[in-house]
Amino acid sequence: MADVTLRKVVKRYDDVEAVRGIDLDIADHEFVVLVGPSGCGKSTTLRMIAGLEDISDGDIMIGGDVVNDVPPKDRDIAMVFQNYALYPHMTVAENMSFGLRLKHYPKAEINARVTEAARMLDITDLINRKPKQLSGGQRQRVAMGRAIVRNPKVFLFDEPLSNLDAKLRVQMRIEIKKVHQKVRTTTVYVTHDQVEAMTLADRVVVMNHGRIEQIGTPNELYHKPATKFVASFIGSPAMNFVPCRLEDSAGKLHLRLTDRLAFPLPPARAARYNALPRTDKLLFGIRPEHMTEASPHAEPGVEPFDATLDVTEPMGMETLVYFTLEGTAVCGRVNPNAGAQDGGPLRMAVDLNNMHLLNEATGAVL
Amino acid sequence: MSTVTIDKAGPTRKVKYGSMSRDRAWALRWSYFFLTLFAIFSLVPPIYMLITSLKSSAEISAATNPWWVFHPTLSNYIELLTSNQFLRFFWNSAWVSIIVVTITMLISVPAAFALSRMKFWGSATLATGVFLTYLVPDSLLFIPLFKMFAVIGDWTGIQLINKWYVLLFIYPTLTVPFCTWIMIGYFASIPKELDEAAIIDGASWFQTLTRIFIPVALPGLIAATIFAFTVSWAQYLYPLVFTTSTDQLVLPVGIITTLIKGDVFNWGQIMTGALLGAAPPLIIYAFLMDYYIAGLTAGATKG
Repeated sequence: MADVTLRKVVKRYDDVEAVRGIDLDIADHEFVVLVGPSGCGKSTTLRMIAGLEDISDGDIMIGGDVVNDVPPKDRDIAMVFQNYALYPHMTVAENMSFGLRLKHYPKAEINARVTEAARMLDITDLINRKPKQLSGGQRQRVAMGRAIVRNPKVFLFDEPLSNLDAKLRVQMRIEIKKVHQKVRTTTVYVTHDQVEAMTLADRVVVMNHGRIEQIGTPNELYHKPATKFVASFIGSPAMNFVPCRLEDSAGKLHLRLTDRLAFPLPPARAARYNALPRTDKLLFGIRPEHMTEASPHAEPGVEPFDATLDVTEPMGMETLVYFTLEGTAVCGRVNPNAGAQDGGPLRMAVDLNNMHLLNEATGAVL
Repeated sequence: MSTVTIDKAGPTRKVKYGSMSRDRAWALRWSYFFLTLFAIFSLVPPIYMLITSLKSSAEISAATNPWWVFHPTLSNYIELLTSNQFLRFFWNSAWVSIIVVTITMLISVPAAFALSRMKFWGSATLATGVFLTYLVPDSLLFIPLFKMFAVIGDWTGIQLINKWYVLLFIYPTLTVPFCTWIMIGYFASIPKELDEAAIIDGASWFQTLTRIFIPVALPGLIAATIFAFTVSWAQYLYPLVFTTSTDQLVLPVGIITTLIKGDVFNWGQIMTGALLGAAPPLIIYAFLMDYYIAGLTAGATKG
């Protein structure tokens, strides 16, 4: 077990910079998820930690030692691949013990470790099967078993659940979390699925265009995104963004969306945004769950308005409603009993206590 | 739901275009027809050889039905199999083929591994170059090769021409490029994650090759082995040019040069020799084909 540190790590392919100077500290026992759209450099970063890609610049440290030029086999890491990468000609047991056999571990020790890992992953019955006789989920368990028996300093997962169907993915997600709770090995996990990132991670690293946009716990990222990218990437349905500006009227700071629609800001928000120039082009960011049907009791900071719904999506426990807010398509979440209907009117309310204000040009959350 | 749709679509389709199974049945009939035609076409020569090999010289030269044996005899077989000369050809052929297959595999498997997996400067060009070498016809190469060995003989005093083992140097120029090319293709079909997993598990390049790549690409390896064996076993032009003494000849050349005396063709023994010569590749095919096909269909590296 060890901590992992990245210092100004850069990866260049010819003249394209895939990773542009990343700084990241991963503590011992921590489960860190790298998440971002495809091409954001998350897999490249993982492969650099594994030693499968050379780093163009910077330092990578595992357990305090710089491993820039250390070959993968000497980094004491284990990796789980998206397509499992099981050795097709070996049985499950042989697959799991391959690394140990190469290092000439005593037979008894190998057997003990394989048995223990198989028990932990519930694949004891499959131990003598070949990979082609296994289902996708079972193969992924074997791939994890192969990583566990090595008892490495760091686990690296490269989109391990992407090849599984939706139901199995949820199940394996829980398995991975359970395994981590048992073995407590430092883990770096790459995925493009923000739900996977949120549910698994101690801390999430959101990447975009080869840079880190934000590092934080799942809740921090969700409630206090630093940039528009993070705000829109984390959460489903995504956060709504509506062009707006600030305006002083009747001695109070108002958020003006259009000529017709303006909301007075609650005191805490007003104090926070008061210093901003009134001329700036801004974006009003609001999550769907903070745009809901108006309640009969007025609550401080919750402002009602009238909307004409375009489409409704009943999800059972809630109904998603889509409408245009002065030219911008937005999504809200209402109670299934709120009477939302396709094309129908609905009195909505926006919770300004949970709003975000973004600089339209820079994308920074203010 | 889905069954209902199929039931509805079924009858209308049947009327217009005929069902899938009927199309399939016709496809099968046609393929059997052509396969039978092809089988007859390719089996006629060996059957003719077999019939002739069972005849005495007198019966062959008599103008009887060439497709029937009236007085079957094994004398051709007995004569050949007891003749030291024929056994000598046979052993020369066997040694040449076995050693050439070994040399070829020892060179082309690591070469293919390097060319398909270790990205180094010029590796792609080299891989294409290997294939281009194979495109040069053998019949153009034997003159410069002969000259080369003559020059080597002059310079070093090591006379290789007219020794059966000169073929050990020559055949690999034919087999190595093609086998390397086949193996590059097979190795390229192995997902990259597999060697990455092996490297992370602590395998060296050599261990990755021997413990992962060779077992996984076994069907390809067998295909390449069969190819190399067939090429060296059946080669005619090169041994004809490079070996002349009777005790240095390999089977195909030996049969022709010793059993045709002037204008006297010993057809019975020529046919017997050819049949016996065809036996080893046939036996090897029969044994390896099972592995070959099993390996092809099992190739479950993904999914």
